[in-house]
Amino acid sequence: MAEGRVVGIDLGTTNSLVAYMEGDRPVVIPGVDGLNLVPSVVALDPIPVSGGRPTVTVGNSARKALIQTPERVIYSVKRLMGRGLEEIQEELKLFPFHLAGDAEAGPPDPNEVPRIQLGELRFTPPEISAYILRQLKRNAERFFSAPVTQAVITVPAYFNDAQRQATKDAGRMAGLEVLRLVNEPTAAALAYGLDRAKAGTIAVYDLGGGTFDISILKLRDGIFEVQSTNGDTHLGGDDIDNLLLAIALNEIHAEHGVDLRLHPGAVQAVRKAAIEVKIQLSTEPMARFNIELPNGDRYQREIPRAVYEMLIEPVLVRTVGPCKQALADAGITPEQIDEVVLVGGSTRIPAVRQLVDELFHLTARGKRPHIELNPDEVVALGAAVQADILAGASKSTEEMLLLDVTPLSLGIEALGGTVARIIQRNSTIPASATEHFTTGVDGQTNVAIHVVQGERELAADCRSLARFDLKGIPPMSAGLPRIEVKFLIDADGILHVTAREQRSGLAAQIEVKPTYGLTDEQVESMILDSFDNAEADFAKRLLIEARNEAETILAAVERAPASPAWKQLTGDERTAITLARDYLIKAQTTKDSAAIREATLILDHATRRFAELMMEAAVSSALRGKTMETAGEELAEAVTAPHAMAPAEFKRQRS
Amino acid sequence: MFKVLDSAVPVACWSCSIGHNDSTLFCPHCSKIQPPPGGDYFSVFGLEPKLNLDLSALEHEFHRLSRKLHPDRFARALENEKQWSLADTALLNDAYRTLKDPLRRTEYLLKLLGAEIGEERESKAEKAARVPADLLEEVFELNMQLEEMRAARATGETDFALEASLTEAKEKFDGLLEEVDEDLRAQWAAWDEGDRAGRGAAQKIMVALLDRRRYLSNLVRDVNETLGD
Repeated sequence: MAEGRVVGIDLGTTNSLVAYMEGDRPVVIPGVDGLNLVPSVVALDPIPVSGGRPTVTVGNSARKALIQTPERVIYSVKRLMGRGLEEIQEELKLFPFHLAGDAEAGPPDPNEVPRIQLGELRFTPPEISAYILRQLKRNAERFFSAPVTQAVITVPAYFNDAQRQATKDAGRMAGLEVLRLVNEPTAAALAYGLDRAKAGTIAVYDLGGGTFDISILKLRDGIFEVQSTNGDTHLGGDDIDNLLLAIALNEIHAEHGVDLRLHPGAVQAVRKAAIEVKIQLSTEPMARFNIELPNGDRYQREIPRAVYEMLIEPVLVRTVGPCKQALADAGITPEQIDEVVLVGGSTRIPAVRQLVDELFHLTARGKRPHIELNPDEVVALGAAVQADILAGASKSTEEMLLLDVTPLSLGIEALGGTVARIIQRNSTIPASATEHFTTGVDGQTNVAIHVVQGERELAADCRSLARFDLKGIPPMSAGLPRIEVKFLIDADGILHVTAREQRSGLAAQIEVKPTYGLTDEQVESMILDSFDNAEADFAKRLLIEARNEAETILAAVERAPASPAWKQLTGDERTAITLARDYLIKAQTTKDSAAIREATLILDHATRRFAELMMEAAVSSALRGKTMETAGEELAEAVTAPHAMAPAEFKRQRS
Repeated sequence: MFKVLDSAVPVACWSCSIGHNDSTLFCPHCSKIQPPPGGDYFSVFGLEPKLNLDLSALEHEFHRLSRKLHPDRFARALENEKQWSLADTALLNDAYRTLKDPLRRTEYLLKLLGAEIGEERESKAEKAARVPADLLEEVFELNMQLEEMRAARATGETDFALEASLTEAKEKFDGLLEEVDEDLRAQWAAWDEGDRAGRGAAQKIMVALLDRRRYLSNLVRDVNETLGD
């Protein structure tokens, strides 16, 4: 077929990955830094003084900016996808998201898509995600030396219609045709079941950075049939980080009289330490915070694993209810689960594994959780498998078929504000339902319908999906028109509606106003540089990008000897860097983008330890520097005020 | 978010133009996917309407058809084939979901035959009017106990005697539910194998049994909720 490759993308809360099928096995495509994981962090670069288009940085380099210029950086944007202003209030307390506010425009429209302020500009959550997707797309294009325009993107199984639509919109903005949205645990199951002629019932327990899913699947003859799914789209490793962060900040304030909350960069530095503590406690019996404070004190705090486990228990326990519900909905007992597959970085926590063991009676049955799959990569690998199935080109997946379900019931608001369910949760998708409506008043030509998603009895407690009017009903006596409305949930879990007036045979005109989300026109206007798709420009772009990357790293190496970190390197390390630098300078004079990239990669490898030393220095410097200049400032506005810290200043404060 | 899907039924195959009846998912001549056929859920699986079904054969057929119809198989097909794959698979899934579940299957068949099946959601008055005559006394007693229990719960008391008696009532109603299911199964056979008159009689009995079943399962659910598992 003429079409290029279809890639699989895991658009994660913390990290994102892109993978493809190489022969009969899926592999992750590394970024220019050689790493598989691209942190889901987006930083707005300083706007060029000369004008010109603003640019963004994505991934590891954006993460560095998190400490230096926190007001220009955003992470965990997945938590905001497809959500309205009212729904994100809780997130705003925990994450440094700065909503763009228009003082003159009056109170914000609750149905408006929230916009995030990043430096001088504002972005919708799908736009931010689009930047991450574009980076992954470019990584894949660099890898294949060919354009990539089609992708499978994973979403949490428990994502609702609006969250799915927002993810699809992000793909479109990034210049990707999203062939399918696949649920993350199901994708993991595909990767799990790829090379084994497995039959049986498995549970996939997926605790990631920001979301939790549990899915129960039946595997048989290559058919992966989801029996039930449940979860919580706001539960994950982030919550543990926030907990440790809050404890550290409180203690620092109480014991050392320093309120770091006023300094976003310093908060991010403590957050980084908290994440390290969390990771360490997965393998060590004890971990410690050891942070230098601006007043010269050190915040030192030992956290034994037993204490940590008590602290995080309330977070972990929130996964129990969804697991029990999923079992009940599948109509099975824990004993009928043959294997529990652990997915998501947070399943490295021993207490999580213990909880899973108890929930599914594993030890009692002589079993252990399945932990052979790399929990960070398996979802992307599964997405690549699904991409291969859709491309239909390969022997290894031709017998495989995924039958997924809708996680939430679909209903219509009935009289008295109650919900009439029309499609039950855990129905295999695509699924449809047909409902009939009529008029209540003579001559009525409109009927209003309110579609909701959720399990609660009252429409007001469910997620409002859309309100629409059936228009153009021929005037008749009340109750006489018979309008057939067909609801169809497609294979992506997204709803479509059609209507027809049966007595007159007229297709009723429907004007659907989604309760929340971007319009087609809005998405169109947000599409990132359209030249991304033009094949003619492709080689040129690859070369420009390769040269830019080379220049960036060469410039950094040029400045390196001035840095104190340079002195910490061994003589051999410095020689290796110099050799790699000269090699790249030579490669740069050619028009061979592949050669430039390779040379860049070599120099990047040679400078990795140096970069690490710089990073460490930056963290402690941010802690010290920020609080020094703002001692005594107690204004809450300080948190949102721009806090640009140029690299030059940065160096000065170090010395 | 919403697109209008067209599901007009052609008399001739859209691809090879040879005519065929509209009850097939694939053209018998050129094997291309066709718009959703007009028949009932049973015909999707090539079955006559029957209440006793071989579930493992049904599952097997569901998987076989899924492999051929699923949108995953049409990701790079023509736009109309994509739309039909979506509509056909939705029909297949709806049909399988309905037929694999004994109660849904029975209700579906009775509705096909024109029976009015009670709605899940009904007012208290309607519910009260439908109390099966033989259960009047027990239901009255049970409702009193449920009220008492809720009142006790609200004040934080635990009345063990009441709890025991509610549990006993629940077990009794669970037993009655099982009886209804058994009676239903007997009527399945009567309907499947019956002649016109036999089927008519079985239909009436099944409608009544389903009403009774819904009433009983609502009661059990109320008790379970009040007892809090």
